Amino acid sequence: MKPFRYQAPADVAAAVEVVEPMGLPGQGGAFLAGGTTIVDLMKLSVASPHSLTDIRRLGMDAIRDDGGTLHVGARTTMAEAAEHPAFRDRAPVLSDALWKAASPQLRNVATLGGNVLQRTRCPYFRDGVSPCNKRDPGSGCAAIGGINRLLAVLGTSEACIASYAGDFANALILFDPIVETARPGDEGREIPFADLHVLPQDHPERETILEDDELITGFRIPLPSWARRSVYVKARDRESYAFALASAAVALDMDGDRVREARLGLGGVAATPWRAREAEAFLRGKTLNEETALEAGRLAMEGAQGYAHNAFKIPLGRRTVAKGLLDAAAMDLGDAG
Amino acid sequence: MSDNIGKPHDRIDGRLKVTGAARYAADFAVPNPLYAHLVVSTVGKGRIAGIDEAAARAVPGVREIYTHRNQPDLQPAGFFGAGAGQAQQGWRPLAGPDVRFYGEIVGMVVAETLLAAREAAAELRFDYEAQDPAAVFGASGVEPEPLPDRTLSVGDADRALSEAATSIARSYETAPNTHNAMELFATTAHWEGEDVTVYVPSQWVKGFQFGLATELGIDERRIRVRSPYVGGGFGGKGTLFTFTGLVTAAARRLGRPVKLYVTREQGFTVASFRAETEQDVKIGAAPDGLISAFIHEGRELTSRPDTYVVNGAENTTRMYHATDIRTGLTAVHADRQTPGFMRAPPETPYFFALESAMDELARELDMDPVELRIRNDVDRDPVRGVPFTSRSLVECFRQAGEAFGWSDYTPAIGSMSEGDELIGWGVATSTYPTQMSPCAVRVSVDMSGEAQVQVASHDVGTGAYTVLAQAASQRLGLPMERIHVELGDSRLPPGTIAGGSVSTASNVSAVEIACDRILEKLGARRGALDLEAAFGSFPQTAVEEYVEWVPSALGSGGRGSLRNGSVRIVGGAGEEYAAFAFGAQFAEVRVNRWTKEIRVPRLVGAFAAGRIMNEKTARSQYLGGMVWGVGHALHEATEIDPRTGAVMNDNISEYLVPVNADIRQLDAILVPEVDDKVNPAGVKGIGEIGIVGTAAAIANAVHHATGVRVRKTPIRLDDLFTDA
Repeated sequence: MKPFRYQAPADVAAAVEVVEPMGLPGQGGAFLAGGTTIVDLMKLSVASPHSLTDIRRLGMDAIRDDGGTLHVGARTTMAEAAEHPAFRDRAPVLSDALWKAASPQLRNVATLGGNVLQRTRCPYFRDGVSPCNKRDPGSGCAAIGGINRLLAVLGTSEACIASYAGDFANALILFDPIVETARPGDEGREIPFADLHVLPQDHPERETILEDDELITGFRIPLPSWARRSVYVKARDRESYAFALASAAVALDMDGDRVREARLGLGGVAATPWRAREAEAFLRGKTLNEETALEAGRLAMEGAQGYAHNAFKIPLGRRTVAKGLLDAAAMDLGDAG
Repeated sequence: MSDNIGKPHDRIDGRLKVTGAARYAADFAVPNPLYAHLVVSTVGKGRIAGIDEAAARAVPGVREIYTHRNQPDLQPAGFFGAGAGQAQQGWRPLAGPDVRFYGEIVGMVVAETLLAAREAAAELRFDYEAQDPAAVFGASGVEPEPLPDRTLSVGDADRALSEAATSIARSYETAPNTHNAMELFATTAHWEGEDVTVYVPSQWVKGFQFGLATELGIDERRIRVRSPYVGGGFGGKGTLFTFTGLVTAAARRLGRPVKLYVTREQGFTVASFRAETEQDVKIGAAPDGLISAFIHEGRELTSRPDTYVVNGAENTTRMYHATDIRTGLTAVHADRQTPGFMRAPPETPYFFALESAMDELARELDMDPVELRIRNDVDRDPVRGVPFTSRSLVECFRQAGEAFGWSDYTPAIGSMSEGDELIGWGVATSTYPTQMSPCAVRVSVDMSGEAQVQVASHDVGTGAYTVLAQAASQRLGLPMERIHVELGDSRLPPGTIAGGSVSTASNVSAVEIACDRILEKLGARRGALDLEAAFGSFPQTAVEEYVEWVPSALGSGGRGSLRNGSVRIVGGAGEEYAAFAFGAQFAEVRVNRWTKEIRVPRLVGAFAAGRIMNEKTARSQYLGGMVWGVGHALHEATEIDPRTGAVMNDNISEYLVPVNADIRQLDAILVPEVDDKVNPAGVKGIGEIGIVGTAAAIANAVHHATGVRVRKTPIRLDDLFTDA
């Protein structure tokens, strides 16, 4: 790890003023919240920010439920959110996605704002030496011809097949939330979550539309009442503490056994948090059974490109989606269901 | 005094461990230390053409940077696997500019702080003339080395196979594995004048002491190696690390103690590993299942310079009836580090193949897989024709099968599935040869009733402290809390390596003899030491006995290893008998119909291993082995990029082992067995058998559940998407 300056400003306005952006992701200063990604990458010498701006004492850690919209501070920890009744009861998919992620130790410190920005686990990004367009723009992609079992099959490019490794964002994206940010002056923004992440295309070093001096302060999540019928299915190599090989975030608005509206997010298979809108459109008005569930899964994975070790994610993704849909449909919600 | 042997005593070091008071090698404080950090190669093969140290030397606090240009003066200790010495590999690090594998040590930075050492290491620039490595099976440039001298042949196996009514021929693969003990590799060297104390996680303090003496060119009596507790060894801390000599030599040159922590990532390449194998198994049987022909051939990956092989066919040939037997063995030299021991080194990979093949044969014969194994049980070693000292395989199958509920087994594929879960059951045989090794112990008792047991042996988390205290307590008739056991220090009487499941059988044999001699001197009877009476007529306040014990199979020639830093391990009971522990494992797997995720909710093992010293620590050993077997079956694989030879999952987030949630119902049954031939203690080793066969039982259950026969480890859900 290289020496860096540590600073702990007194408020959010000061934090975005002093963070010292340099223009290249990972090259300027960085915000420090839970630290579970940035400190890890600093120890690996993959990220070498010359300063860390500590936001751990700057609030932004409350959850407020006004009955329609959830207001969630960016510094809410994964553990706090997973256990919060608003998450557990109003949208189980959000709680599920959180507690199926990482380990209790990590969930106790990792924050939601940091979690949606979690960097990829691509080993060629993390090794510090392999060609990697994300870490070292223009150097190439060692993953395409390398060990790529955990990497993406959707949203990839010739320049990068890194997968987005998180879980929560794949569930969050279902509800079209708003990301609230702060910037120097009064330049803070309200960004539709679906616009936050960008596809790698020719510039995988750029992962979001956030500016380097822009801090996520919170999320506004409009939750429909039918979000209660929602699940997060995570297929993985072991029962806990493993990244998704494929995951499906599902919320269903049902009219008997017919789908009024379906929301479908994918994890473990794509370059960014992923919404499967064509599959959602297909499901509208359909009776949900194994056949339609699998067809939705097929549509969700349409256009996927497999590589030497990860082509299995295409059938796995299809079947994980189908399981998510059927599991959500089978939820017993009691009277209000 | 009630019978202490076999009782489920808590570990006497348990409180020290859970309170953090037990000191592991890296925990020892030394005055004013410097900190070292290793630098490892980022090419898989080639030569170092240049080194730019300027930026690294500019880091404040850097004291020295060692590379091949100024390597500390070290002599080679000799490769343990070749019987030449104690070292993990046959060549010294930093000896020259050649890079033999990705992640090889090419430099070491020593600085005033750990952070400065790491920062400088990151600033060190190596310019390589790189070549394409041949790092995996099948890569162009690997060199196969057939080892005909290590093979067995009985009768004419090929002809017997061709004449058999039913035969199978199958190929299996096992993945490379990395130990990943919780305790990281480390070394602290502290010189005081001409003498040095080296704190290092070790399963063989005597070997480390003698190996370091050779490397440093000094008398071994100048060297003390300490490793009182080991935070997981698993074989990975069995032979002298390359970095330990570097650190010790650097401390000598710099005149200050030096501490090294090896990172988790570096631990994947700077120490040993379990190499990948490819195996062919051919079995011919009569219609009633009786096996006639057995052929088992293995290919094992090793480093370019060293020939390290585990040759598990040496033991698979002893399991079942066979009239005609042939084995084959080929070492495949590749651009990788030298492999080494990992729990049940030969049996873990080779029994995956054997026990998978037995299941395939049972299918071919349309026979119950338990019945096939029982039908082929033998009372004599099929290779040597000698009887077993004891063999309780059938009883293990009976007890484990009953506990598991095997009578409900229905053989048709998928016939036991429920709802979205494809359920399968599978079985396998476990075994491990009973081995022993010369050792020396010192036991003393004073008139107040305090007793000491000392041996330069090791408790690698297995319970050695506790079982040695039990043995002395029982023999002398003194309470457990009065027995003080000292291990893990090369100054103690020469013990043996903690490997090959030899420790308990060897050490207990010696301790019991020492106790008997003490009792004889004091005129007391076994288990009934009356202190007042004994010391009342004894001319001293304490009595001490030093005992060397050498397995009878070695004869007096075996004792030399106690004094020259070598190790002699022999199978139990010599030429007239074959000695093995046996077990049977039953696995239930559940495969999700949708995602194909494979889980093992139930695992039952039954093991018979002679006299059990401590029911609790023994059961823990078995359970731990079985858990690791789940990992071997479903999780563990060191992922090598064939283009570079680099390990691409060098962390415990992506090198998977089972977590608590993966292990549900897990039972180990201790099948009683009395073996009065195997050694004076009647003890068979139990450290390794638990992992043997587990992976095959799970693979067989996966087949039963899904109809997919996966002939490799690990078995992953990827393998079950056969038709997309």
